[in-house]
Amino acid sequence: MNTPLSSSTPLLRVRGVAKRYGDRVALHDASFDLWPGEVLAVVGESGSGKTTLLNAIAARTMPDAGSVEFLGRDGLLQDVHGMSQAQQRLLARTDWGFVHQNAADGLRMDVSAGANVGERLMGLGERHYGRLRCTAEEWLQRVEIDPIRIDDAPRTFSGGMRQRLQIARNLVTQPRLIFMDEPTSGLDVSVQARLLDLMRQLTRQMHLAAIIVTHDLAVARLLAHRMMVMQRGRVVEAGLTDQVLDDPQHPYTQLLVSSVLQP
Amino acid sequence: MNPPLLQMKGVAKRFTLHHQNGAELSVLHNVDLEVRPGECLVLDGPSGMGKSTLLKLIYANYRATEGRITVAPPGSAPVEVTEASPRELVRLRRESIGYVSQFLRVIPRVSALDVVAEALVEDSGDDPAALEAAREQARAWLTRLRIPERLWALPPATFSGGEQQRVNIARNMIKPRPLMLLDEPTASLDAANTRTVIELIQEAAARGAALVGIFHDAHVGDAVATRRINVGDFRRAA
Repeated sequence: MNTPLSSSTPLLRVRGVAKRYGDRVALHDASFDLWPGEVLAVVGESGSGKTTLLNAIAARTMPDAGSVEFLGRDGLLQDVHGMSQAQQRLLARTDWGFVHQNAADGLRMDVSAGANVGERLMGLGERHYGRLRCTAEEWLQRVEIDPIRIDDAPRTFSGGMRQRLQIARNLVTQPRLIFMDEPTSGLDVSVQARLLDLMRQLTRQMHLAAIIVTHDLAVARLLAHRMMVMQRGRVVEAGLTDQVLDDPQHPYTQLLVSSVLQP
Repeated sequence: MNPPLLQMKGVAKRFTLHHQNGAELSVLHNVDLEVRPGECLVLDGPSGMGKSTLLKLIYANYRATEGRITVAPPGSAPVEVTEASPRELVRLRRESIGYVSQFLRVIPRVSALDVVAEALVEDSGDDPAALEAAREQARAWLTRLRIPERLWALPPATFSGGEQQRVNIARNMIKPRPLMLLDEPTASLDAANTRTVIELIQEAAARGAALVGIFHDAHVGDAVATRRINVGDFRRAA
């Protein structure tokens, strides 16, 4: 099931991506490749450019410079920012997923959980009510939400359930790349553990590549193969997760790692 | 003679502490060694000499400041650890390097059985028969390491230190990888379990694994060593 290393085209190729807001450089020259099944954590303090990077890659904002290419199912790299908006939207609801920090940004809070899960499938032309409901039930189970809640709106769900519903809503189309912006912040620790374990299982089972923005180094340790550390819009260090955490080279990474309380 | 599975040449490790006025800590200097299949190299030397650091350099947990570290698993291309990409290192570890540390890094909610089976489950490709075979092997390892059956379905977070250490040994030895790194695997084990771990190490060497180990108990080192090296020899002369 492991993709052979000989497959020499990455899933995502990011080159020289930069973004400024007025005089302020929010993101400076970010470049990396992401391979199928690889989980990359982007860490750094608030305002370091993590979310700007995520949004620029996911075509949610237009970068001022650089390129983002994604490997289509036809085996060709496509220039994400050169596509039409219609093509970007199709990508965003089929091969990509985006899990927001605030579940209300990623869910329709007033329609049923089942409809939230089914929406992307309907967007792809599925109209059969029985099949949609059946798939929604399956996905609620996979993210550990009792299917009896299928007709309830997420407004009635706890924070942890909302995050899990957001994940189900995104994964139902079997995407190959998922973006996550601080998916566990704002949740109680016990609720976090459940979500982390679930994310860990799903990325492995689905051979899903993921870019996870987090300020929590423990989340990075548990989920990510690789890490990028950002400070003031720049990637200051990158590498294997345990290498960056156990043998940090850059002064900022050393500060970040040594500032964490060990429980 | 078999070609070396692990080769270190001119390896040095220094830590630069940017927040301690840029102090530089030299731990290892000019490490040259080779380990061949079937060998168990025991690292000797007082604590603080850099024995664990040496293992972490091989596992790519630490980055070498100088030198080359080459791992050449039988039947696949040699990997230059100091230059490999994260993706290549992830694959090298998954296929070729087992690392038994003193402590289990607990994963929330995952049962002891699944913690142990993980490496085999990853290789099973979701094939139900392979998954069941992986769990069956995990049961055998837990039994052999005397973890009571009533604990198998529980996450090891609440286990005793010795139980966690045995789960960790099972987790990291269940897949017969060609290179095994052992950092005090018997540190908190009783006599019976220590004997079992000695047997496991001898069996790994007999199947052709190359092993590098640190053992606090001299009798464990004596029982498993095919060769010894004093890590103090790799200190820079003061």
